[in-house]
Amino acid sequence: MAEKPAAPASERAPAAALETVETVDVKAVNTRDVRALYKKREKIFPRRARGSFRNLKWAVMAVTLAIYYLAPWLRWDRGPLAPDQAILIDIPARRFYFFFIEIWPQEVYYITGILVIAAMALFLFTSLAGRVWCGYACPQTVWVDLFLAIERLIEGDRTARIRLERAAWSLSKIAKRLVKHVIWLIIAALTGGAWVFYFADAPTLFVDLLTLRAPEIGYITVGVLTATTYLLGGLAREQVCTFMCPWPRIQAAMIDEESLIISYHPGRGEPRGPSGRGGKRDGLGDCVACNQCVVVCPMGIDIRDGMQLECISCALCIDACDGVMDRFDKPRGLISYDTLANIEGGESTGRARIRWLRPRTVIYGVIIAIVGSIMLAALMTRPALDLNVLRDRNPLFVTLSDGSVRNGYTLKILNKLHAVRDYRLSVEGLPGARIKVIGRDDGDAVFTVRPDRLASFRVFISTDRANLKGEVTDMRLVLTDRQDGARADYETNFRGPRR
Amino acid sequence: MSQKPIDEITGTETTGHVWDGIRELNTPLPRWWAWTLYATIIWAIGYWIAMPAWPLLTDYTRGVLGHSQRAQLGDEIAEVKAGQSALAARTADASLADIRTDPELLEFALAGGRSAFAVNCSQCHGSGAAGGKGYPNLNDDDWLWGGKLAAIETSILYGIRSDHDESRANEMPAFGKDELLAPGQIDAVADYVMALAGNGSAAAKGKAVYDEHCVACHMEDGKGNRELGSPNLTDAIWLFGEGKAAVVEAVSNSRRGVMPAWIGRLDRVTIKQLAVYIHSLGGGE
Repeated sequence: MAEKPAAPASERAPAAALETVETVDVKAVNTRDVRALYKKREKIFPRRARGSFRNLKWAVMAVTLAIYYLAPWLRWDRGPLAPDQAILIDIPARRFYFFFIEIWPQEVYYITGILVIAAMALFLFTSLAGRVWCGYACPQTVWVDLFLAIERLIEGDRTARIRLERAAWSLSKIAKRLVKHVIWLIIAALTGGAWVFYFADAPTLFVDLLTLRAPEIGYITVGVLTATTYLLGGLAREQVCTFMCPWPRIQAAMIDEESLIISYHPGRGEPRGPSGRGGKRDGLGDCVACNQCVVVCPMGIDIRDGMQLECISCALCIDACDGVMDRFDKPRGLISYDTLANIEGGESTGRARIRWLRPRTVIYGVIIAIVGSIMLAALMTRPALDLNVLRDRNPLFVTLSDGSVRNGYTLKILNKLHAVRDYRLSVEGLPGARIKVIGRDDGDAVFTVRPDRLASFRVFISTDRANLKGEVTDMRLVLTDRQDGARADYETNFRGPRR
Repeated sequence: MSQKPIDEITGTETTGHVWDGIRELNTPLPRWWAWTLYATIIWAIGYWIAMPAWPLLTDYTRGVLGHSQRAQLGDEIAEVKAGQSALAARTADASLADIRTDPELLEFALAGGRSAFAVNCSQCHGSGAAGGKGYPNLNDDDWLWGGKLAAIETSILYGIRSDHDESRANEMPAFGKDELLAPGQIDAVADYVMALAGNGSAAAKGKAVYDEHCVACHMEDGKGNRELGSPNLTDAIWLFGEGKAAVVEAVSNSRRGVMPAWIGRLDRVTIKQLAVYIHSLGGGE
């Protein structure tokens, strides 16, 4: 976070030049006197901010966009029998591949764990430093930032854009608007296009998409995501954060007076006002009422009104204000990351006292550590063989002509190895058990399962009626890998007639 | 319009509702949001016109697009049937033994057999084919008329004691009701039958009655005769109930079940599938 020491006065513009700083005529979109029952959307023309937070946001944008667009193209060797895409959500085969991790449908609890960790991390970061997710990493923020950069490139910065907006339709206005929307649509299409690569082999799908051989659902997905990206990122922008997203409402419960939030320091800034002749600021605070913090805000709000739900904590107002403070030869940080406790405690600048360790941050951290450890342990001990048994319920048992009793079972054997395996079935806890495998005439209870597959087998187990003590006999089916001796067992029971 | 109270902190008017001192803000709705709501209302009206929507007394509004989920389902079923036609044709040409050894035909037969069984057979034989008193269990290894594929198919085709000319049929006399045997004789032969199955010891009196009246169908050793459909009396499976009382009842009054002939009701392919399915339940020979 930019907390650069103020540069010595000699390096900066002389104070006499400061009178030229004008007050921009701008009003926050949510200011009291513009509120009505039904509100017309007010167009926001954010000015480009310059400073360390702007640079940080460019960097985060580059990294997140690079991850999004490039991740499906990463390769990961899993042998000849599995896809070599590092990150792949293979819906037809019901597999999720993430580098060395491979998740089967019955292991969705890993996803639950990841979601728990993600939620807790979001809570932790929010309680530490407010809505950093919203301000830097949220896709909505990143794409709006990208779309705004395009808009600035085509139509110019704030003043030029306002002028263009107010101008009558002319060829040049039409041309500018057309170019902007076409570029937006291309970005939107690329965004939707990249999404589908997570669900199929990226190079193959890329060729298929271009040669119109991809499945219909691929084009539909690309089309829908193109539309939503264009609509949400290009047209709706701040409306999404303010009116559609639940997070601004939830954040109030995450933030406390010790959280770092984007704060204006009224004790230092007020009363605000432009400088008088010769840069005189008799009785005025440090805020020169230039409204730069408002014009750079992508949400169109005035941070000087205090914390508000529209604020996504993008910190661009800090950059804007720091720039102005530099020119006025005043210390930076009139707007900065600070805690409510510090502001109310009267400390005007800096992070004099930040309590990183608070009950809620500790609890979030502990939960993340616990869930993370459980996930790691589960992942390390993940078995390569799994057995599930469905006992026939209709009929519960069959009496055979020689008086013995037979039960039917369906075995579901999961071979998570990328190799063919043979498994031998044995029965524990049922005296005199005879196993008959449907479809096998040699009487051997051996099952062959192809690599990376779930296979289903029907098995009949029978025993003499004399071996049964009651209606229900508990027993265990044990499966043993013939190559490496790996075992999987399943507790089930054997039913017979009432004695 | 009366002046609504204004919340001092936000400058937003309030609804006037107060809960424990908390007043509800009447936060302005974005205008585009309101327009979206109106657009969905207009969409709904269009939908009512285009699609089936309103229930009437005896009918419902059909909608101008003529959409019907039932017709759609019919089309889908026809499509699936058409897709199965190649497999069905191969099933029709194949012998039952060939169906069992061809994995593709077997899978088709088991799936088709299961569904045909649920629709046509489960009423008597039970959804798991476990039968009940008087209705044979098709899972076990005891067969009245034979457990080979062809025998099962014949039973399904022509039925048991059905009105079809080819029907399998037999008739056990009601020895008691028709006064062919005296109660004492029936009691003795019942003891003998129990002994055949390994319960109790055989008495000479019972054997004499058996040899005179029962041997022709149930055979000397009591194992029955599948040609005649006469049950095996030596095994552990009793169609009309276990125990001497049930045997006495059977000898006295004669009991028999009826199964309809399915030829003409089900097509040949379905009957083949049923035979293969029943054969696969665990008792097939």
